[in-house]
Amino acid sequence: MDILVSSLAAGLLIGMVLALVALGLTIIFGVMDIVNFAHGEFLMVGMYTGLLTAQSLRIDPLLTLPFAAIVGFVLGVICYVGFVKFLLRGPMVAQLLGTFGLMLFLRNLALLIFGSEDRALHHGLLVGKSFDIGMGVIIPATKLAAAGLSVAAFWAVWILMNRTKIGKALTATALNSQGARYMGIPTERMNALAWGIGGASVTIAGALIVNFWSVNPFIGLLFTMIAFAIVALGGFGSVPGAFFAGLVVGIITEIPGIWDFFTYTFNIRWMANVPMTSFKYMWVYLAYFIIMVVRPRGLFGWKR
Amino acid sequence: MSGRQSRPGASTSFPGSNGVRMNRHAILETKDIKVRYSGLAVLHGVSVSLEPSETVCVLGSNGAGKSTLLRAIMGAQRVFDGQILFMGREIHRLRTEQIVRLGIIYVPEEKMLFTPLSVEENLLLGAYVLNDKKEIQDSLDFVYNLFPALKARRGQAASTLSGGEQQMVAIGRGLMSRPKVLMLDEPSLGLAPLLVDEVLGTVRELKRQGIPIFLVEQNVREALDLADRGYILQTGRIVAHGTGKELLESDMFRTAFLGI
Repeated sequence: MDILVSSLAAGLLIGMVLALVALGLTIIFGVMDIVNFAHGEFLMVGMYTGLLTAQSLRIDPLLTLPFAAIVGFVLGVICYVGFVKFLLRGPMVAQLLGTFGLMLFLRNLALLIFGSEDRALHHGLLVGKSFDIGMGVIIPATKLAAAGLSVAAFWAVWILMNRTKIGKALTATALNSQGARYMGIPTERMNALAWGIGGASVTIAGALIVNFWSVNPFIGLLFTMIAFAIVALGGFGSVPGAFFAGLVVGIITEIPGIWDFFTYTFNIRWMANVPMTSFKYMWVYLAYFIIMVVRPRGLFGWKR
Repeated sequence: MSGRQSRPGASTSFPGSNGVRMNRHAILETKDIKVRYSGLAVLHGVSVSLEPSETVCVLGSNGAGKSTLLRAIMGAQRVFDGQILFMGREIHRLRTEQIVRLGIIYVPEEKMLFTPLSVEENLLLGAYVLNDKKEIQDSLDFVYNLFPALKARRGQAASTLSGGEQQMVAIGRGLMSRPKVLMLDEPSLGLAPLLVDEVLGTVRELKRQGIPIFLVEQNVREALDLADRGYILQTGRIVAHGTGKELLESDMFRTAFLGI
């Protein structure tokens, strides 16, 4: 029983962080119908930002979030104004290949600056600490904090999108950009803002993840793919969809633990022989595949 | 511009022109504008003007360039040559959102509503350029007063409305920012005859309130009856111009619309 509960708890917690990872992707797609293949690389930048500011300023990793947010916002805006803006004039395939190129560029830039070795945080208020919530279920403090702060960041972005004038203008741009221009909404600035918000939310997620995950220049693709699966499941452009799909995908990543639960509870011998942990992410991509076939609109539909 | 005098008559009849020196009477005018789509000329030097409190209609068959003309004024279509002046100021190099801020509102033929959003959210987005809450609320009251049907449906998604109601939202949304010039592109397109009368009745009401209106219409007779003046656009050229009565009796009108 404890394996099941801790697997589900771990799945939900990581799911909340993954939802924040996917949030930026779904916002950028929602506002300008562009799929950012470099999304995971933004997360990598967030991880390095968290790691390096914590180490160089000797502050707790959790205090690096504002730095990560600023770096992500600026990076997002620069990418849009300096690069993506021009891609939008070209055909769809140019946009796909363009952000793919951005991914390769950021990845290789990180390789040049940081080298290929794994780096991890070893110090911090919460690093290495954990809570025992009973029934033998132990939750690492870093993951709990990451989940809580992710939900807070997600909520803040949701409020920005739904309760403010600027958020309404973003929504209008997403729904009909020409119509939005006829209302006097500066859609170019809205696009840049979407990239800023998208960049900031994913770098915050990165700075949270680096508390319990080591970083290297190649880490991005894994998260890009997970974010794709979440956005597909939740519905492209849907913010609430990204949250719930994030939780679902979080639990899917814990399928090996759930598998173990059944293996040992019911003592099923053949199940014990399957190296399930090696297939952790296969289930996520399988789910992605099934969603695209069965319900391409995702759970919450496109854009809302 | 510097040597000319502003005409006092213009500023008394039209509050928006206060303090702005006008070259002449026109609040909005195009001077010999040329527009091309990928090298193909669509407008070959079109000059139209709109005076304060005036309703002017632009008539023409499909593909004559009516919508292109309005889009060019809105900065949504690049002007290849010529000039567009709004209250004496060149606007043809401005971006659409800057032109909207100056006070020109375009209600496109396609309506371009934000369909998943509610009626009220759509209307409020129309007031994007306003900042004063009181002003926005007054605009909202004004629109609900003009279209009581919309007030009843304020919380409903725009996509659930009928074609006529959607047109009301589109026009209402355009009025929210208190435009100095309203440009309506085929507001009665695709509506049942009864609704056509209702929409054109609204245009008449707006005219009565002194809002300068540029109207593109397919209901030629009603449009000419309603408008102070009209232009006939044929394959990118103005071929006739005059009051409604003059146009209805002109040879150009007969050949263009009646095929005689």
